[in-house]
Amino acid sequence: MESASRLDQNHQLTLKEFPYIIQWREGRCTRCGRCTAVCPMKAIEPAVTIQRLVRSEGDNPTPKVSRTVSHVVKQVTDIERYCIGCGTCTLVCPTDAIFPEYNFQHKFYHVKNKGGIPYMRGGRRNDPSVSTLDKLKFTRISMLTDPALDAGRHEFRIRTLLGRNLPAEHLPIKVDGDRLTIGAGEFVPPVREIYPIRIGSMSIGALSPHMWEGLAMGITYLNEVEGLPVVMCSGEGGMPPSLLKSRYMKYFILQIASGYFGWDEIIRALPDMVEDPCAIEIKYGQGAKPGDGGLLQAYKVLGLIAKIRGVPQFVDLSSPPTHQTQYSIEESVAKMIQSMSMAWGFRVPVYPKISGSKTARAVLNNLARNPYAAALCIDGEDGGTGAAYNVSMDKMGHPIATNIRDCYLDLVKQGKQNELPLIAAGGVGKTGSLAANAAALIMLGASAVDIGKYIMQTAAGCFGDEHNRCNVCNLGRCPRGITTQDPKLYRRLDPDKVAERVVEVFKSADVELKKIFAPLGRSTELPIGMSDALGVGDKDIADRLSISYVC
Amino acid sequence: MCRLSAITSNAYFSPMENILALETMKEGHDGSGLGLMLKDLGGPFEEFKGYPVLSAVCSNQGLLDLDEYMKANGFKEKFTWAPNIKNVPGVERRENYLAKVYDYPESYRDKPMTEKEDLLMNTRLALRKIGETDESIFVFSFYPDVLTLKEVGDPLHVGEFFGLDKSDISAKIILAQGRQNTNYAIYLYSCHPFFIQGYGTMTNGENTAFVPIREYLSGRGNPGYIGYNSDSEVFTHILHFTNRTLGYPLHYYKDVITPLKESEIEMRSDAAALRLIKKSLRPLCIDGPNCVIGFTPDGFVFMVQDAKKLRPGAVGGKPGKYALMSEVCGVDRAVPDRDRTTDIFPMKYDTVIIAPGALEVKVWNQLHG
Ligand code: SF4
Ligand code: SF4
Repeated sequence: MESASRLDQNHQLTLKEFPYIIQWREGRCTRCGRCTAVCPMKAIEPAVTIQRLVRSEGDNPTPKVSRTVSHVVKQVTDIERYCIGCGTCTLVCPTDAIFPEYNFQHKFYHVKNKGGIPYMRGGRRNDPSVSTLDKLKFTRISMLTDPALDAGRHEFRIRTLLGRNLPAEHLPIKVDGDRLTIGAGEFVPPVREIYPIRIGSMSIGALSPHMWEGLAMGITYLNEVEGLPVVMCSGEGGMPPSLLKSRYMKYFILQIASGYFGWDEIIRALPDMVEDPCAIEIKYGQGAKPGDGGLLQAYKVLGLIAKIRGVPQFVDLSSPPTHQTQYSIEESVAKMIQSMSMAWGFRVPVYPKISGSKTARAVLNNLARNPYAAALCIDGEDGGTGAAYNVSMDKMGHPIATNIRDCYLDLVKQGKQNELPLIAAGGVGKTGSLAANAAALIMLGASAVDIGKYIMQTAAGCFGDEHNRCNVCNLGRCPRGITTQDPKLYRRLDPDKVAERVVEVFKSADVELKKIFAPLGRSTELPIGMSDALGVGDKDIADRLSISYVC
Repeated sequence: MCRLSAITSNAYFSPMENILALETMKEGHDGSGLGLMLKDLGGPFEEFKGYPVLSAVCSNQGLLDLDEYMKANGFKEKFTWAPNIKNVPGVERRENYLAKVYDYPESYRDKPMTEKEDLLMNTRLALRKIGETDESIFVFSFYPDVLTLKEVGDPLHVGEFFGLDKSDISAKIILAQGRQNTNYAIYLYSCHPFFIQGYGTMTNGENTAFVPIREYLSGRGNPGYIGYNSDSEVFTHILHFTNRTLGYPLHYYKDVITPLKESEIEMRSDAAALRLIKKSLRPLCIDGPNCVIGFTPDGFVFMVQDAKKLRPGAVGGKPGKYALMSEVCGVDRAVPDRDRTTDIFPMKYDTVIIAPGALEVKVWNQLHG
């Protein structure tokens, strides 16, 4: 009998506690060692075991027992080295000998707080249930007087406006005989015509250089070759000076956030800029982690990033939760919008981005009164992030659907729905239905939508999902090379392939949007606020969103 | 689809001409209603030019309420006209159909026309509110020299019902719409033509952008932008907003409801202004398919449609009388002795505008501005 102390394993974890359990098939494994080498978590390792072998040779059963030393792949039970279910091991295994399996009984959240440090991760809210956006469908098919449009042949104009649209009553327009003219020298706020799906803010730093480059090339191609004016936001942390000074700047929205990272370089580049950026986004909040500032963990602050951001290497870069030089959000928004507008001679739309919140309407109403505010971007709870506490991601925030709807209807009450565009973000395309989610948000009142996680998943094969698969974007160990600054990892990602996928994704979304708009009879203008087209099979959602209940 | 029949002339004519034209287009409407809007009135109204005419349908109680309200607000009744109703199978008779001519309240007599127009509209809205819930009062227009008649039924029967075949009612501009019903409950307020402060329009087709347009108009702060029992009412209000509120010349109506593409705007000499209005009035862009026929307070009659309207309306006639119809057979009925080679079928860039007196037709091409 073993001694009691040797059986006392109480303070160790069993594999049953872990979210993913590795299935390894010994018979198939050639012991090539690829899986253990590639595993970003070192969750598996080569091990040696003694195996008892029973063999029988000859015509009659004559079992013989022997013990042999065998090499196996073993999953460790160290919580710091938990298997994230990424499947990179499966990807590299030449004989399909290994794969992770989700463990519905796991107790991961109970134990992932070693050293008193709560669980931190990347990704987005781990909620695999069907989102409100995915429940909405388009029920007003134009069957009445004329046939619905042909999505393949009819001419569609799928564009939106980003910027403060003056109400017609305030345009500097004069009637000259039977012609309209513009009063000379009158100021009209800048308004950009862009594609209604944008790539939302993801910084160089959060993303690997190859990923960022791939996205940037993709949108440039879309603009210059495909004629789709897709824009993307820099995220906090600036942009490479060469790009800042390039003619491609017009496809980018520069973000300024509370850490002001990267803005030294931007200000320095200003005199040499040949094109204005598409817009300036002032980040006040992020849907994935309301109340938190940006965070780039030290693992990811390497050479290029340190240079662009103007900081030393290997330090945590955390932005404060608010713009600390300001007293209140009203004042802050007003001053920031004013100074950013001035920096570019009032030629660039400037707008804030906030996290989805019950207070979004109050912010909106402030903006409605600020004649320089160019838009409001609201980032719902299903938005993604490169790094945050799990509790912030899972439990904080506001769904985007009601936030956008409430804000839009508030604007309608003031007659300002065309003046101040709303941009919806957070969970768009969460389950892959990009065009349908985007169209639904547009019909609820959004002028445009932002995607982040979706483009990482579709263009670069990000493994992350709502079963907490992977989600180690914060650690700099991204197995896909998307969110890491480690050249060994991001070398795996081919920027050309990312760009190619970005183009494919937008082109296919464009076709799908037409397939949605055509039967509704809409082709000339984006159906912003066309809420009569929406239906939902849930009475409460229908009432809350003021759309029709269908069943 | 609803059928539209408009005639503009330099001589007074009977609304029966419009109705007979509608009759030729019968296969296109299901006889679920007739709306008539007469402008520049002749017959018994000719001597009351300049005095506002209130067109209404009321119950007996509604009529009492209406009279009481008008009196209390200083309007003096000068003349009342009521159609000579003839019972016709299929048309359900309501208690009172009337058009009353009033003199302005004392305090308004010397006010500028714009103020008078506001008073007239607000009065119409107040009466509408009084009689809306119990359907005791329907009031369609209240404006000098404009008369509106609406009832449910086959247009020819409704014409007979109102005794128009024997009446001396006439006008120089008449819009008539034969309804294709799209909802079970036929409600008088959902029947075209619609009217606001001198502007009248009627439409056929389906207005797919109705909800965003309605929401935009409702936010303009104009109390008259209400109703919307039909998706077509917005076309009247867009016209009013464009031409009266913003003061844009009539042909810009087309630029508001069907804006050009950037590559087309470039070719216009007023491109800079067009770019601005396209953005600022983005929610008023109709997505069609629609054909709109209407008139302005100063007596211009127009027809316009969007690119999706696959079968254009038709305009034809001769100096002194032109017909603007949704089908060419209607034009044939209204002005049979015209030179058909001069008929116009306005295409997607065209606005047909006919000045008062109906001497000539102008086609304004949006591409050229
Ligand atoms: S699934 Fe990913 S984390 Fe798990 S063992 Fe395989 S490579 Fe490692
Ligand atoms: S693949 Fe990379 S970006 Fe995607 S969840 Fe994993 S670590 Fe994050």
